[in-house]
Amino acid sequence: MQNDDKLVIGGHEFYSRFILGSGKYSMQLLEAAIRDAGAEIITLAIRRANNKEKDSILSYIPSGVTLLPNTSGARDAAEAVRIARLGRELGCGDFVKIEIMRDSKYLLPDNAETIRATELLAREGFVCMPYMYPDLYAARDLVNAGAATIMPLAAPIGSNKGLATREFIRILIDEIDLPIIVDAGIGRPSQACEAMEMGAAAIMANTALATSGNLSLMASAFRMAIEAGRKAYLAGLGRVVARGAVASDPLTGFLRD
Amino acid sequence: MKNHYLFDSESLSQAIIEKKHRLENDPSARKNIMDYLPGMERIDSDVCGDVMEQVSRFDYARYTERDVREALLSENCSIDDFMALLSPAAEPYLEAMCWKAQAITGRYFGNTVYLFTPLYIANYCENYCVYCGFNCYNQIRRVKLTMAQIQHEMEIIAGQNIEEILLLTGESHVQSSITYIGEACKLARKYFRMVGLEVYPVNTDDYRFLHECGADYVTVFQETYDTVQYEALHLCGHKRVWPYRFDAQERALRGGMRGVGFSALLGLSDFRKDALAGALHVYYLQRKYPHAEMSLSCPRLRPIVNNSRINPQDVHERQLCQILCAYRIFLPFVGITVSSREKASFRNGIVKIAATKVSASVSTGVGDHESKYTGKNSEQAQGDEQFEINDSRSMAEMRRDIAREGLQPVLNDYLYV
Repeated sequence: MQNDDKLVIGGHEFYSRFILGSGKYSMQLLEAAIRDAGAEIITLAIRRANNKEKDSILSYIPSGVTLLPNTSGARDAAEAVRIARLGRELGCGDFVKIEIMRDSKYLLPDNAETIRATELLAREGFVCMPYMYPDLYAARDLVNAGAATIMPLAAPIGSNKGLATREFIRILIDEIDLPIIVDAGIGRPSQACEAMEMGAAAIMANTALATSGNLSLMASAFRMAIEAGRKAYLAGLGRVVARGAVASDPLTGFLRD
Repeated sequence: MKNHYLFDSESLSQAIIEKKHRLENDPSARKNIMDYLPGMERIDSDVCGDVMEQVSRFDYARYTERDVREALLSENCSIDDFMALLSPAAEPYLEAMCWKAQAITGRYFGNTVYLFTPLYIANYCENYCVYCGFNCYNQIRRVKLTMAQIQHEMEIIAGQNIEEILLLTGESHVQSSITYIGEACKLARKYFRMVGLEVYPVNTDDYRFLHECGADYVTVFQETYDTVQYEALHLCGHKRVWPYRFDAQERALRGGMRGVGFSALLGLSDFRKDALAGALHVYYLQRKYPHAEMSLSCPRLRPIVNNSRINPQDVHERQLCQILCAYRIFLPFVGITVSSREKASFRNGIVKIAATKVSASVSTGVGDHESKYTGKNSEQAQGDEQFEINDSRSMAEMRRDIAREGLQPVLNDYLYV
């Protein structure tokens, strides 16, 4: 990867474009994500850090790796703000992934509340990374609210169903100037690669690794797939023939003047 | 073995025995279970109707192996698929159900298993439920802990690195008032991250008060959804009012609780219908309150003090496993709790397949944690147990055993907001 190809989030620079999500947490997964997937950002649910084992969890994060606390468990903006502040008090830093869900079955994000929380937390100096359902209007509102990135879901959390929202994520990539980090639902390295080819800035995944047969191997596969997709995006994809062959005589061939 | 619930404790007076026998033998001496008592809140809800309509049409004998195979192949388990999985036709497919349930549990919960412990703070009860050790006609040692005694118990429990506690009482509004339970919740918040309640059903305002005191989860066992059997087993007291109990979780959610737990006590009636009803209770309430966290448990009948013959009848471990797998396949997102009513070997196995939460360091008695944990004779009064437990592992033993199974014990991932 080119050394100058950096992922910049809220003024912070990263070289890795794999971010470990927080769904299924274990020390082995952390190790694999950092060592084999090259993760420089690790998500951690604040509600998970807020227990007697927090010291062992927080102290395990190596220096040089950025902790991304999330607000999972929040059902509205006010709760997300309280959880984010608690994370800061616990020493989790200024990054925050804003997750607000009012549906315990599908765990879909509530865009309206997420916009409110982003506005409030950005004002308090947090580097806000809102998780959202890929809707262009909501994404624009998040930009105006002070988000540092936009994190649309590819498919329901934990579903491993891949880029189910492909066309809507493509619109966000085209229209929003902030990094678009594809979050949730990525089940295979090939899906991560496809998202990166489209121009996603990074991939967040967890379940795909956590539920694989070999954490280390899958982490490494994700790293390679993300790098491949990024290179393809930077190189510019070749033209894809839509229907049949391309006519050798251009239709504009009749133009003489 | 058929259950023989009825017995007379020796020290009951003749007048009390006569009243007890009248309740047992003369249905006209008992109140209508559908009639609310004064002060009980009625809420406008269609959940009960939806659940019971489905249960009434559940003829599990009509399902075939083909229905079961289709249910197992289906990506989204419908109510009809779920019924097939609960039917006798699914019994030969138990292994396949386990594999499917295990995959779903892994996708939704990873390899985590949550741990908690119950704390009984009083065992006075005003109900006569014939299968329960706390029933008002059972002569047992009754105790209501003072706040100082509760604090002492909590200190001992917290010393075992337990972060989630479930507070329980017998169902006595007089002895265990809402204020008393609320004070216990406030104390519990000082020692534990997460406080749940399993107490008698109350009105919405009372749930709101208890939530403000620090509780965020409410579990109410419906015992059986079979109203005919319910009538024959719950002979007097507030608990006899079946619909008020049914709506308890909905009132709790309206009162601000984050999550609610459900269960039928398997062995009291037709277990397949009760298992169906419990899951549908979750299903319909979740559609109405999508933000709420829901959990299910599957307790089986156990022997009680003074009646060792009580047993879960036709609900053997295979049937219990079938129900738990069907629950997981139908409701992938719900927490499933398996209590110490079950043996260690069953609990070790089921946490790898469908269950997401187990209790540890359990006592179903009152005020006896110190003696049970340390072997030291406690100076404080102790009350008898609600039922006999089947797995007495401590928190440390449970954590060790879960880790040995390749799973990750989790003490808590909750914030009170």
